[in-house]
Amino acid sequence: MEAADIAFVVICAAMVMLMTPGLAFFYGGMIRVKSALNMLMMCFIATGISSVLWVLYGFSLAFGDSVNGEGGGIIGNLDFIGFKGMLGVEGSETLLTFAVFQLMFAVLTPALISGALADRVKFSAWAVFIAVWVSIVYFPVAHWVWGDNGWIGGLEIDGHEVIDFAGGTAVHINAGVAALAAVLVIGKRIGFKKDPMRPHNLPMVLLGAALLWFGWFGFNAGSELAANGTAALMALNTMVATGTAVLGWLAYERIRHGAYTTLGAASGAIAGLVAITPSGANVNPMGALLIGLVAGAVCAWAVSLKYKLGFDDSLDVVGVHLVGGIIGTLLVGFLAIDGAGGFAQFTLQAAAAAAVMAYSFVVTWIIAKIIDVTIGFRSSEEEETAGLDQAYHAETGYDFSQTGTGSVTVASSVPATTQTAAGDKKVDA
Amino acid sequence: MKLITAVIKPHRLDEVKSALQAFGVHGMTVTEASGYGRQRGHTEVYRGAEYTVDLVPKIRLEILVEDDDAEQLIDVVVKAARTGKIGDGKVWSVPVEEAVRVRTGDRGPDAL
Repeated sequence: MEAADIAFVVICAAMVMLMTPGLAFFYGGMIRVKSALNMLMMCFIATGISSVLWVLYGFSLAFGDSVNGEGGGIIGNLDFIGFKGMLGVEGSETLLTFAVFQLMFAVLTPALISGALADRVKFSAWAVFIAVWVSIVYFPVAHWVWGDNGWIGGLEIDGHEVIDFAGGTAVHINAGVAALAAVLVIGKRIGFKKDPMRPHNLPMVLLGAALLWFGWFGFNAGSELAANGTAALMALNTMVATGTAVLGWLAYERIRHGAYTTLGAASGAIAGLVAITPSGANVNPMGALLIGLVAGAVCAWAVSLKYKLGFDDSLDVVGVHLVGGIIGTLLVGFLAIDGAGGFAQFTLQAAAAAAVMAYSFVVTWIIAKIIDVTIGFRSSEEEETAGLDQAYHAETGYDFSQTGTGSVTVASSVPATTQTAAGDKKVDA
Repeated sequence: MKLITAVIKPHRLDEVKSALQAFGVHGMTVTEASGYGRQRGHTEVYRGAEYTVDLVPKIRLEILVEDDDAEQLIDVVVKAARTGKIGDGKVWSVPVEEAVRVRTGDRGPDAL
């Protein structure tokens, strides 16, 4: 790898890192005030868990040589376990650059799922879920799509190959369908469809969306792993598709609900970013405009499905990431430049999407079910009603009054007698 | 003495405050309140889910005055708070038996 490419990709990695806290704000602002911190933490904890697993065995499973030899790789071998043999060898700068960049994807992808489960799961159970999910869903799927020998990357019809530039299947469809499987196991929030569940801080949602948008340039352009024309095209398309997606969502809302909402603009941006992720390096800017517009308008409609079909996807991970990911993955089948677009390409795209959906849905459902019957996935009714912030984090997000929300006593600041709020409660449920 | 209570639109607070200061009122208590009258609530839409918000934000003003000033002061508040649109609020007065200034122990009109 050239020095310029290393510099570009490492900076892109830092930008992708910022997407996880960005996502935390995006989701955190949408949640009710009593579980705002829990929402932030559900995203943020992924930085820790995925980093540890990545070094121990994640990178090896995702990007080691396939265990089953030539063609049709299912999972990587354990050659890189603990990053052994990766330092001080020829090409180690390429391996390490790729490893740090891809680690950010392994952090973000499970964090995406948290929005669906928001406001009703135990924090400890969620942490276990992330660890198991990245190990047996994300790492293998990343290998299928991006591994040198991965079976989805190796699919071919008449010389066409699957196009998934930055993670439409491996990241967004994967996380979106996992979100659906998980909410089907854990069930609805208390009061779903009855109580108002208003976003508690829309400026925070917009800030989070902006951070995601910024970081997404690293996510998308950096996936080229080189500072070149393809990376530049991807960056341009990332901008324009997202712009039209904002317009698409707002137009749908104006017609259907009569207002241009802030939440709609933020959501439209994310829908556009999701849809351009797999497709942006293989379409021209006109194609990107179209993909963004379709993603914005269709996702604006898709978020209403949870009420019609009765699954409680709290923050619309299915409606935005699954639907947006499918739109981008399928549309590039027709819109791909250099003569690639057409029926053969579309069929390949659909096959890749279907394979990831089937695997991720079934395995995620099983993981969630096992967690639910063993340690229990859901919060108690009391914890859910009172708010998860106090139940698991012994904190409240905002001090609404000058005197605080609880009684402030001198004793509570003395370590030896800190037996107040947190002390007699089982904080780590 | 009388206690004048006014429930008004939040954005009229500055107008009402200036009008009362011009009238010569020395102090008041302001509380953020919520409620509804004929205005009822309004509808909000989040990703297509419509919520009816019954209680709208209001400001509750409380002013202690001498009996002779009460009628005129009510007029001042009403004039300053009025926008002419539904939801402008209400003003009422009740008799007050006793008032004490905590610092000095002054009672009655001297405490105002």
